[in-house]
Amino acid sequence: MTNLSVSQLGMKFDDWIFQGISFDLEAGAWLTVVGKSGNGKSLMLKVIAGLIDASKGAVYLDGKLQSEYEISTYRQAVSYVTQSAHLFGQTVRDNLDLPFIIRNLTPDESTQLTGLAQMDLPAEILDREINELSGGQRQRVGLLRNLLFPPKVLLLDEISTGLDEATKRIIWQVLAELHAKTNNIMISVTHDSDEIANAKMLLTIENGRGVLSDES
Amino acid sequence: MKVDVSNWSLALAFVLVLISLAISYKQKLKLEKDTIISVVRAILQLIAVGYLLTAIFKVDNLIVTLIMQLFIVFNAAYNGKKRGRGIPGAFGIALGGLLLSTTLTMGILVLTGVLKMVPYQMIPVTGMVAGNSMTAVGLVFRSLKQQFHDQQDQVFERLALGAPPKTASGEIFREAIRIGMQPTIDSVRTYGLVSLPGMMSGLIMAGVDPIKAIKYQIMVVFMLLAATGIASVWASYQAYRKFFNQRWQLVLPDEDK
Repeated sequence: MTNLSVSQLGMKFDDWIFQGISFDLEAGAWLTVVGKSGNGKSLMLKVIAGLIDASKGAVYLDGKLQSEYEISTYRQAVSYVTQSAHLFGQTVRDNLDLPFIIRNLTPDESTQLTGLAQMDLPAEILDREINELSGGQRQRVGLLRNLLFPPKVLLLDEISTGLDEATKRIIWQVLAELHAKTNNIMISVTHDSDEIANAKMLLTIENGRGVLSDES
Repeated sequence: MKVDVSNWSLALAFVLVLISLAISYKQKLKLEKDTIISVVRAILQLIAVGYLLTAIFKVDNLIVTLIMQLFIVFNAAYNGKKRGRGIPGAFGIALGGLLLSTTLTMGILVLTGVLKMVPYQMIPVTGMVAGNSMTAVGLVFRSLKQQFHDQQDQVFERLALGAPPKTASGEIFREAIRIGMQPTIDSVRTYGLVSLPGMMSGLIMAGVDPIKAIKYQIMVVFMLLAATGIASVWASYQAYRKFFNQRWQLVLPDEDK
């Protein structure tokens, strides 16, 4: 059973952005993180993903310290989805091939097409140039990169900001289905009022401290 | 020797510098000071090198020649490093690239008998190889910094998906190699059509048969293509790693360092 443990996490540049943030999440948990802009929610996710180092504290996955993992293995297990998906390479295919390449696998087109269909994107988009995509399509392709190999922990950094309602619905449906199927841990940073209203477990970052409220 | 510029004609030729100064003054380019400093520096450096080379050619000693070659390579590496400001260990990378490119290309030319281990051949050729490699390394550094800056989000996304730094750098280091090699390829393409390359012109002016001069120039072309290629590949592969730390996190260079 997956377990993610965050212990006394602190982040400091000139001043402390946040400190003393601790929580334990078991498989199937869905934590919603809220707080004002600039108070380090996004930083916290990046620290959990191992993309930046914390000034203080530690992150454990399944009881093992983050830094003890082989980096690629950890990042494949704890997958971070950025705020505005920056696609790379030339085409959508370049983006959907990378998760396979990293795992030394031959890109599997049928898996890619199934993913695109779930995201309500047409099959022919696979070979479309990335700069021809709309914002909503881009975000869905970006998210799909993280979902082709479902991670144990999915970190969502305000992924629905600026999206239209229809796209938002598709994305949340895909995520809810994945969550139900894989029983993964989800941590979602959001400003979305619907999402906050539906949150089971809420972490509010305020004045550099985290307050956890669990309604499940 | 057919070429001999008298001191008097050289002094008269200084009028040409005055033309450049006049343009700068008239057009308010504020380049007068830079022009004068550059010209004075060039004159002093060239006079010093002239005497130095005369002495070295006279001594004709392998160790002395090697020291002079190393001096050239060190200086070139130091200059190449300047464009890598902020990249940790840029001097070491530049020096490694230049040593590799000069040793390999000149080694091959010496072994095949094209070049002789004599100072009047080794030193000018080292200068050419090191100079071109220096430009290549400088361009590679600048290109890497520019691209990592412009594409940091894309690099970050790849890292987040679990890609190692090399994969995350994507096309960046290949593009840097291309940028490093491009000027040499471009200039070679117009040889004989737009420009008569320096070495060949020098030989022809000194009275060498143009066909012989051309042969030498063709050798130089081969040598420079190889040298800039080697230096660019080395610099690019060594330097892209400096944009990441041990934990596969993106670290952009601090220009102030």
